[in-house]
Amino acid sequence: MSEPEVSTVDVNGFPMRIWRKGSGAPLGFLAGFGGLPRWVPFLDRLAERRTVIVPSLPGFPGGDRGHSVLDTHLDWVLAVRQLLQAAGLHGADLAGSSVGASMAAEMAAIWPDSVRRLALIAPFGLYEESDPPADPWAQRADALPGLMCADPEAWKALKALPEGANSVEWPIEQTRANEAAARIFWPLGNTRLAKRLPLIKAPTLLLWGEQDRVMPRGYAARFAQALGGPSEIRTIPGAGHLAELDRPDMVAEAVISWVG
Amino acid sequence: MKLMWFHLMPYTELPEDFRQKHPSVWVDIHSSLFDPKRAHLMYNDFMDELEFAADCGFDAICVNEHHSNGYGLMPSPNLIASALARRTTQVPICVMGNSLALYNPPTRVAEEFAMLDVISGGRLIAGFPVGTPMDTCFAYGQNPSQLRERYLEAHDLVIRAWTEKDTFAFNGRYNQQRYVNIWPRPVQQPHPPIWIPGGGSVETWQWCAQMDYVYCYLSYYGYKAGKATMDGFWAEMARLGKDRNPYRAGFAQVVAVAESRQQALDLYTEPAEYFFNRCLHIDPRFAAPAGYSTEATQRAGLESMVKKAANAQSLIMGDKTNRGMTMADFVERGYIVIGSPDEVLEQLNALADDLHVGHLMTLIQFGNMDKALTQYNTKMFAEHVMPRLKTRFAEWEDRWWPKPMAEAERAEIPGFAPKLAAE
Repeated sequence: MSEPEVSTVDVNGFPMRIWRKGSGAPLGFLAGFGGLPRWVPFLDRLAERRTVIVPSLPGFPGGDRGHSVLDTHLDWVLAVRQLLQAAGLHGADLAGSSVGASMAAEMAAIWPDSVRRLALIAPFGLYEESDPPADPWAQRADALPGLMCADPEAWKALKALPEGANSVEWPIEQTRANEAAARIFWPLGNTRLAKRLPLIKAPTLLLWGEQDRVMPRGYAARFAQALGGPSEIRTIPGAGHLAELDRPDMVAEAVISWVG
Repeated sequence: MKLMWFHLMPYTELPEDFRQKHPSVWVDIHSSLFDPKRAHLMYNDFMDELEFAADCGFDAICVNEHHSNGYGLMPSPNLIASALARRTTQVPICVMGNSLALYNPPTRVAEEFAMLDVISGGRLIAGFPVGTPMDTCFAYGQNPSQLRERYLEAHDLVIRAWTEKDTFAFNGRYNQQRYVNIWPRPVQQPHPPIWIPGGGSVETWQWCAQMDYVYCYLSYYGYKAGKATMDGFWAEMARLGKDRNPYRAGFAQVVAVAESRQQALDLYTEPAEYFFNRCLHIDPRFAAPAGYSTEATQRAGLESMVKKAANAQSLIMGDKTNRGMTMADFVERGYIVIGSPDEVLEQLNALADDLHVGHLMTLIQFGNMDKALTQYNTKMFAEHVMPRLKTRFAEWEDRWWPKPMAEAERAEIPGFAPKLAAE
């Protein structure tokens, strides 16, 4: 596993980290709950086939305190739009997980020309009263790994303090990621994305961890029914909410075969 | 020293096995535990107790705001304060306070506090807490990432609403109002004294110093545990060049007085264990939604052992630490100041020496203590302890105390004598 190329772009006065690796047509990825404090094997699998480009969302690891100036949903979607354009992802294939998948869906809905094909892993954004998502913010610290991943160790590996990292700033950065997600999705995760799903014309792959304990699997069908373009649902066995951490090979293979 | 009488209004009939059978006293406490007809009696007892404390000569009576909370039955302390304003005549009423970010628009707080100040003839102390995560983020659905910004903006709006003479437009980040012009206006000018209940965050201390507000540390874990936080507060005041006027600060303390230490232990063990073991049983998953604590506060907590000690006194850490504790532990650790009048006096003098706080908010009703015992504790304290404490800090001026209307200007409140319709 080699390190990606790192650059930054400015959004609202904050530096946003962009990772880039591989060759071929660009494929964007927006990370899920907790963000990406470190490069993960899933991205390597994508980079074997495409130029994978990973912009950090504001407030998530690599996204500084960019969330702190985003007060409304309009602020958020405009910030993500600027970020994708600056990262050279306009018109590219776009994948996202969890909170990032919700933002990817917004891009495809509001700027239909900006996304070629779309792959969403258990996106946030809807709320069904009869089948509510789990509350990711009302969790004991020791319960979060098992909520996010089928294998709690996958989350722990993502979040573990790397050798040589600042032992004060690292945990603050991880808390900030959860705060940034809260800033968009508190308290129910419902951004009224349901209203905009019919605007999405891009062919959309809906991936769901079979053991997702955050977003009930029934939401895949809700997305599929509401989308304005063709879609396909695929369930990932042995995976939790952040399926790309539990089953990197399988999720990467599904994404790559969808975007072609 | 000002001796104030603070009521939390706990539901007094939580079951014996509450801690074992229920995850939390707060946020998702089950409705089946609440009997409205029993609560009718509780509320009326609680208000009797507050009025009794006023009659006994306490310097102020205090109420506060909590939501979805089994130990705090005051979602709206203003309702209680309003009733107290009519049934008392002299005593300052401390509403500790209204969580500013929860009111929409926040001018509601300016209006209701102004009403209380006018009805009471200028006896209001206006408390502005941010509010706990349980109250604000979970019970009231506020976004933890915006709570403090909303709080600070709401504060600015309330102050302007109280002080600007002409109708104005407020163009805030979170609140926009074209016509702000509250009626009534407060009696106390430019506005009632403002007190800020808070945890141990440096930013809150700095803000209180800058605004010249009283900082109140409302821990339930007593003066021994509170020392680290109050030391931090006074060190920050010194750093900012502020004087050591003890009336810059307030502190809450559970207090239990009887003829002798043994009698006190006999009388107060049950309500104390009810309070610490049942009332403060809070599910840690509601403790720390990301964003509720500022990054500066997180950094201080991660970097400094002193701050770690202070943070450990938070409600949640307390609940963890206290698991399985009994009365002997509460007494030993200073959670509860208890004993004969002389023994209580000695401990509260130690509190005054150690913490240097001018406003002592006594918790004299706690847990499931009934009205008779509450009034006994209140009277014992008022007669045998209070006179000997009032002289503490006499050399300092309390610039943060209400300035009511002159006696001659005030309304006469008719005595309360309900009559049956048939009479």
